[in-house]
Amino acid sequence: MSKKEILTGAEALIRALEMENVDTMFGLPGGCILPVYDPLLRSSIRHVLVRHEQGAGHMAQGYAHVTGRPGVAIVTSGPAATNMVTPLCDAFMDSIPMVCITGQVSTFAIGTDAFQECDTVGITRSVTKHNELVMRAEDIPMAVRQAFHIATTGRPGPVLLDLPKDVVTNTMEWYWPTDEEVLASLPGYHPTTKGHPKMIKEAAKLILAAEKPLLYLGGGVLKAHAAEIVRELAELTQIPVVTTLMARGAFPDNHPLCLGMPGMHGNATAITAMQKSDLLINLGARFDDRVTGKVGSFAPDAKVIHVDIDPAEQGKVRKPDVPIVGDCRLVTEEIVKAVKELLAEGTPQTDIGAWRSKVSGWQEKFPLQYEQSEPGARLKPQFCLEKLRDAAPEGTIVVSGVGQHQMWTSLFWKFNEPYTWVNSGGLGTMGFSVPAAIGAKAARPDRTVWAIDGDGCFQMTAQELVTATTEGIHVKIAILNNTYLGMVRQWQEMFYGERYSQVDLAGCPDFVKWAEAMGCVGIRVESPEEIDAAIALANSINDRSVVVEFCVEEFEKVFPMVPAGASNDDVMLFPAQESQREFLR
Amino acid sequence: MRTINSNNPFGDSHQHHVLSVLVQNRPGVLARVSGLFARRAYNIYSLAVAPTDDPLYSRITVVVDISETPLEQITKQLFKLIDVVRITELDPRKSVERELMLATVKIEDEQRGQVVELANIFEAKVLAVGIDAMTVSLDGTPEKLDDFEELLKGYGIVESQRTGRVALPKLEREARKGALKGKAS
Ligand SMILES: Cc1ncc(C[n+]2csc(CCOP(=O)(O)OP(=O)(O)O)c2C)c(N)n1
Repeated sequence: MSKKEILTGAEALIRALEMENVDTMFGLPGGCILPVYDPLLRSSIRHVLVRHEQGAGHMAQGYAHVTGRPGVAIVTSGPAATNMVTPLCDAFMDSIPMVCITGQVSTFAIGTDAFQECDTVGITRSVTKHNELVMRAEDIPMAVRQAFHIATTGRPGPVLLDLPKDVVTNTMEWYWPTDEEVLASLPGYHPTTKGHPKMIKEAAKLILAAEKPLLYLGGGVLKAHAAEIVRELAELTQIPVVTTLMARGAFPDNHPLCLGMPGMHGNATAITAMQKSDLLINLGARFDDRVTGKVGSFAPDAKVIHVDIDPAEQGKVRKPDVPIVGDCRLVTEEIVKAVKELLAEGTPQTDIGAWRSKVSGWQEKFPLQYEQSEPGARLKPQFCLEKLRDAAPEGTIVVSGVGQHQMWTSLFWKFNEPYTWVNSGGLGTMGFSVPAAIGAKAARPDRTVWAIDGDGCFQMTAQELVTATTEGIHVKIAILNNTYLGMVRQWQEMFYGERYSQVDLAGCPDFVKWAEAMGCVGIRVESPEEIDAAIALANSINDRSVVVEFCVEEFEKVFPMVPAGASNDDVMLFPAQESQREFLR
Repeated sequence: MRTINSNNPFGDSHQHHVLSVLVQNRPGVLARVSGLFARRAYNIYSLAVAPTDDPLYSRITVVVDISETPLEQITKQLFKLIDVVRITELDPRKSVERELMLATVKIEDEQRGQVVELANIFEAKVLAVGIDAMTVSLDGTPEKLDDFEELLKGYGIVESQRTGRVALPKLEREARKGALKGKAS
């Protein structure tokens, strides 16, 4: 049966990607990767041609965010590889599975400062989960299998393969490594997925004994596809839930137990519930500084159960009382089982009624709020978001940029389904949303994809709307145009005595014309009377991408806010709520 | 005899930590390990690398200064590197440690005999003798090297080089079965 089949490295690469079930990849060709683009013509894989390699990277991320499958980006050497550094770092920070293929100069030219040579594995070493310079054509299938295995197992992350030009032009005898061969080739890689039974028992006991328990969900819940079992745990124990920026949608916002987002721009209830809790059940979150505020005064009375697949997260920021290394879904299943067993054996759950009513008291007193604009004044960004949210078709995927608009979106949108929220959390990459939205839509053409962007962010990667147009990937972009680098402006107003330094974006191009030039429909909304019709029109267009510019209030600030380095106890509330602060004590 | 210990940054010699890191013997692995220390702002005191008896693997012996760095985090982060197969923390009290030093010392005529005598006491070797200088080598525990080096300083060290320590668990008694379980993701 074994008929020898001789392929070029390029053919082997494309076949290997097909074997890994890649259906779409995002990229842009150039000298060193050219040989790979030839067999691509005969492949079943869809290639999306981007306008800038950073776009390819963020598209791959968007694809991965909404499918859980690794996003694939392919680019040439040198400047293309360096353009990929930001998306790689973004994916690394947010644990997004991604495989990136870069071209490289031929093996004999490496180290000679050849044209478009750069030390890609050196440059990307600290922003990838793993990377590899593949030196022989015959190593390609194994390298690809390893890359997909590493990217998608354990704590997911980006893996880069650097392929010299002669390696893809040389020939090799085709083979496809077995699972066993892949595992044997990685003697140092054995992620722990099952939690320690003793620790799980311990966790179950703490959960039943706590008076003020809180479920603290992070992105790991989504990575592990654990949303359903986490919900079962919450409902079984009636413990309230906070969802971090990376976990929005992991627990439905419309669920009575959901308190929404904690952190620097979280809501007052979620922040305070963490502070006052006596047991934090951390599932797949990492005590990020944007959540903890000043670590020394974070949740001072709380015991901690920390479930994380990455052992290095245990104790990195906060020492857990019960550390559990493992996959969030598998571990939560075991915890649910253990809790049920204890209950069946007659161990009662401590009454958390007082805690629950305290929490709902905060929710009543400190709702999300903003001041409506005066007649004739510019629109409020929060108002635009509420309108967009209420008109969004069922199952809409929301993608955001980085800044005030991101925080407002996370606060004001209602995420009731997992994998409907895509954003750049750890790295906070302006320019993420347009390409990430395109990647998400490429993966889920059945869904409406709305990107909520800032005028600053939009100008970083807007050209990818050309890609959207030429590829027929139709997304909807809402620009909340406050004519400022709004988040930075807010900090300068609050912490630098209103001395505004280099944050005024006045004079930015006409967004409607720009959208039209890129083949999109452009709509401008300036007054409340126009807003419903504009959004309805945008939602009705399905054969082109749409850009809606909302001209919003310049000086609006995001509240609540825990200033950088401050304690969560000192959260600055929405100004009209400050007088009620004592109720949070 | 050990009065001075200028070369030991740890004060108490038991405060340093020696990590024996077994890695796949592949290009770039040392860059990965040292890069990780740099990226996380950890300080390496010394580092020695060589292939093991199995040429597929190398052993990196890293000495870290615990007073500056949380050892547990270092170990866990190192463990996450795909090429790292095993990490053993070697307790200095339960391991054998050796280091090698080469030193070229200035000598005036009548001092030559003194340096040779000193070398003999330490069981060092004289590798080369010149008109006004002499090169000696000594292998031994890092502390012994510290002492020898300190005494040589009295004559004037022209140039010297130490290898950084290598270590293995002691054979008898329970040499720390320190292979940290639960490979990182
Ligand atoms: C690539 C990059 N550069 C700089 C920053 C710092 N930064 C964070 S938010 C922000 C302003 C974003 O402005 P805009 O897109 O208009 O959004 P807004 O805050 O006004 O909603 C800046 C400059 C960043 N996060 N990313």
